[in-house]
Amino acid sequence: MDVDAIRASLPAFASGALTTIELTLAALAFGMAAALPLAVLRGWPSRWVAGPVWAFTYVIRGTPLLVQLYLVYYGLGQFEAVRDSFAWPWLRSAWFCTIAAFTINTCAYTVEILHGAMRAVPGGEIEAARAMGMTRWVMLRRVVLPAALRRMLPAYGNEVIFMLQATSLASTVTLLDLTGAAGEMNSRFYLPFEAFLTAAAIYLAITTTLVGLFHAAERRWLMPWQARTS
Amino acid sequence: MLQGYGASLLTGAGLSIAVAFVSLAIAALLGVAGALAKLSRSRVLRGAAQAYTTVIRGVPDLVMMFLIFYGGQLLLNRLADRLHWDDATIDPFLAGTLTIGFIFGAYMTEIFRGAFLAVPSGQREAALAYGMTPLQALRRIVGPQMLRHALAPLSNTWLVMVKSTAIVSLIGLSDLMARAKNAGSSTQQPFLFYAAAGAMYLVFTSVSELLFAWLRRRYAVGVRQVRL
Repeated sequence: MDVDAIRASLPAFASGALTTIELTLAALAFGMAAALPLAVLRGWPSRWVAGPVWAFTYVIRGTPLLVQLYLVYYGLGQFEAVRDSFAWPWLRSAWFCTIAAFTINTCAYTVEILHGAMRAVPGGEIEAARAMGMTRWVMLRRVVLPAALRRMLPAYGNEVIFMLQATSLASTVTLLDLTGAAGEMNSRFYLPFEAFLTAAAIYLAITTTLVGLFHAAERRWLMPWQARTS
Repeated sequence: MLQGYGASLLTGAGLSIAVAFVSLAIAALLGVAGALAKLSRSRVLRGAAQAYTTVIRGVPDLVMMFLIFYGGQLLLNRLADRLHWDDATIDPFLAGTLTIGFIFGAYMTEIFRGAFLAVPSGQREAALAYGMTPLQALRRIVGPQMLRHALAPLSNTWLVMVKSTAIVSLIGLSDLMARAKNAGSSTQQPFLFYAAAGAMYLVFTSVSELLFAWLRRRYAVGVRQVRL
């Protein structure tokens, strides 16, 4: 182990870790914001509303994230209409494309998790809400979503960890995230073990922190509620 | 079709599928070994298996693959120096399948362990009481019942694994992704070829899902379905 080389690269690893965390948080936040309304539509009684949402999540969940990332970053520039449009300055930037692709990806998985959690709400609760005269919107806000958001915590925790790991693909479109920093160090010093083991240790530390946070969240919001309702 | 690159993409898809199946074999072997270790009485084995599944969950597949590919090359170079070989290069197919197999072996460990625990222990005890050897009891009694419990998570893991084979293009394998990239840059139509590659992955994952649904129905024969 060449500790000096690791020490020399620590600033690069720190800024890489920051990039990784920023990418993860941005994708998760935008993905969740889009998933909330889409999950409601996914369970809509009309097939014409639920069908397209189902098709979207099916296609995204059935293809690799790398394909989605390349489609957005390398693919869109193929069309002249895109290159001439006002959005081109954004669509040319690796940052924007990466966050867009990651957001679309995590959104699809979150829609399915949330939809499953909403379906698990007992029918009696919904009937009771209707009997109280709640409109669909009020019922969603007061009864269905609070229960579903708690119930989805374990599955969503897995998705968050999956997303954190998936951000390593950002290094393939020139972003210097944690994996990118390790790749840079490896090509500069040719020390693959030092470079990638350091990155792995930092990923592991972030993952462990996230797992701890989700366990705490489950203890705070899910377990007391389960004890009360069951 | 696809401006003459259709055949090339299909060849790449074949390689991707080969990577997926070889990785699956490695993962299944590691999964059985890991599950046996986790269920064993030895504290050392249990600890090692626990460390394996914990560490794998926390490290991205890409980092693991670079570690095995570049690190393995470095070790191989040193070995070649010492033994006075000529050039020795690490095979990207080997590095890729080892990485993916190693990662998904951790998930398989949990699946097999859970499936084993899900079969009531009386089943195994009864089989042994009939005079079956432990291996016979596993093959005839416990195994088929384990499979029923394992199928749902196995199908999930298989789908994730198929999709994660896309990263082997990054260590120089000419899989579906690499060929789509080539075709896209030589025809200036990257969107078309990445979309085609995506469609091929989608066909493969859809067929896999149908097969698993059929298997699940088959292995659930004789089990009462209770609907809420």
